[in-house]
Amino acid sequence: MIDLTRLRNLTVDEQVALLFVALFGLLALTSIAVALRAITRDDEDRFEREMQLRRDLRAVWLGAAVFWVSWIAGPLGATLTFSVFSFLALREFITLAHTRRGDHRSLIMAFFIVLPLQYLIVGLQRFDLFTVFIPVYVFLAIPVVSALAGDPHRFLERNAKIQWGIMVCVFGLSHAPALLLLDLPRFDGKGAFLLFFLVIVVAAGQIAQELASRRLRRRPTVRQIDRSFSWRAWGLGLLFAAMVGAALFWITPVKPGTAALMAVLAAGCGTLGDLVMRALKKDAGVRYWGNRSSITGAVGLLDRVAPLCFAAPVFFHAVRWYF
Amino acid sequence: MPAMTRADAMGLLIAFIARLITGAQGHWKGCPPKAEQRIYFANHQSHLDWVLIWAALPEELRAQTRPIAARDYWTSGRFKHWITREVFNAVYVSRQRTDDQDPLGPLQDALKSGDSLVIFPEGTRSNKGEPQAFKSGLYHLAEQFPGVRLIPAWIDNVQRVMPKGEVVPVPILCTVTFGAPVQLQPDEDKRGFLARARDAVLALRPPESH
Repeated sequence: MIDLTRLRNLTVDEQVALLFVALFGLLALTSIAVALRAITRDDEDRFEREMQLRRDLRAVWLGAAVFWVSWIAGPLGATLTFSVFSFLALREFITLAHTRRGDHRSLIMAFFIVLPLQYLIVGLQRFDLFTVFIPVYVFLAIPVVSALAGDPHRFLERNAKIQWGIMVCVFGLSHAPALLLLDLPRFDGKGAFLLFFLVIVVAAGQIAQELASRRLRRRPTVRQIDRSFSWRAWGLGLLFAAMVGAALFWITPVKPGTAALMAVLAAGCGTLGDLVMRALKKDAGVRYWGNRSSITGAVGLLDRVAPLCFAAPVFFHAVRWYF
Repeated sequence: MPAMTRADAMGLLIAFIARLITGAQGHWKGCPPKAEQRIYFANHQSHLDWVLIWAALPEELRAQTRPIAARDYWTSGRFKHWITREVFNAVYVSRQRTDDQDPLGPLQDALKSGDSLVIFPEGTRSNKGEPQAFKSGLYHLAEQFPGVRLIPAWIDNVQRVMPKGEVVPVPILCTVTFGAPVQLQPDEDKRGFLARARDAVLALRPPESH
């Protein structure tokens, strides 16, 4: 039995260190289990699924390592790491957006001015400006730059695409390091737990929904967009996320009931956001973001971080309003 | 191990930036990347085309694979000269034609010494999507160096990264697709071969790009 009072007596840094030891320990055990299973069972049918599992596992390792690095590197490291993620995600998004010549200046602004400024504001912890910078100022600036380029062809559509890409890949994702840096009363320095909580419950909701839809084989709600999505599977995903959230309440500043509610909120946004991104991919005619003519099945970065892009802003503001 | 020179470091930096901006993914569809003597020929839409092909090559093949550079432009400044000479190991050609000199001379010298080349047979950049008709240089090289493999390549999306007249590139993923080698047939004439070579490049265009 874990002695919770002794855990609470540790300093914040020691608690965070323990969190990472537990995380990497769990990952190591999973990797060993997967490797052992590959040795004992070697039929061809499972090969494809096995490779998929390994790719996912590798992505989780990478994610955990990034999480750790951004924690030890402090505010500067965290904002830098996530700004690189934003850059790569936006690059994948814009690649499929079929922009025109006249969008060149707008895109330069998006990549080289808006993105660094947004993360600079995160790093300086100016959270009021951070919330309005993209939705208010950039919302106005992008179409102005675009109009000055003088190409009226499909003007609204082109601008909407760029705005949308910035909202998801820069604004949404920048809330992840913001959580790390958020100072809450009686909880300062423990932002890592909040980000960890968010990632875990979103992932739990996503995985549970995926498994449930495979098991249930319900009629898909929106066949044109996603053959596996059904409301019942989605609800089961949220239920599981709520249980995970309640079980993890002790790493957050809230009570179990509230933690479960916040987990439902985050996982709900994450899974629905993923559905939205699937609709975009269907429209563009690709299975994954990123590597376009690939036959290797490599998954783009945006596929991995999209649920987080949608869940992070909602979760961030829920946490801020609650306190 | 020999120490890294400034030119090597510059090369790595340029390759890194090219990958950061464009991904520079090489898809080897018709042939594997291999250390044999080759002429890569590709569509030409942007100033970045050469850098993209170069960055898509495995690092160990880059030193032997050389671009063609216009002598008057690329030797006019110290930095431009240094970049093309030391980093890219470019083959310089003169744009003005003189009677006593074969314009392909420098290319033939490079091929004789065993290097690989990257050429853009359209001669100039086109931004109409479809490549223009190929100039005859490729045919003459194929005739004179039957042992060198001719690899077609399609560079996709790069015109969106840096349209004509712009100086700052926009990060957009680009791919370089390398196809199966093209050979000059014994009874093939110049026009037939050049059309076939152009078709081989065009056939590599990804279906979703227009």
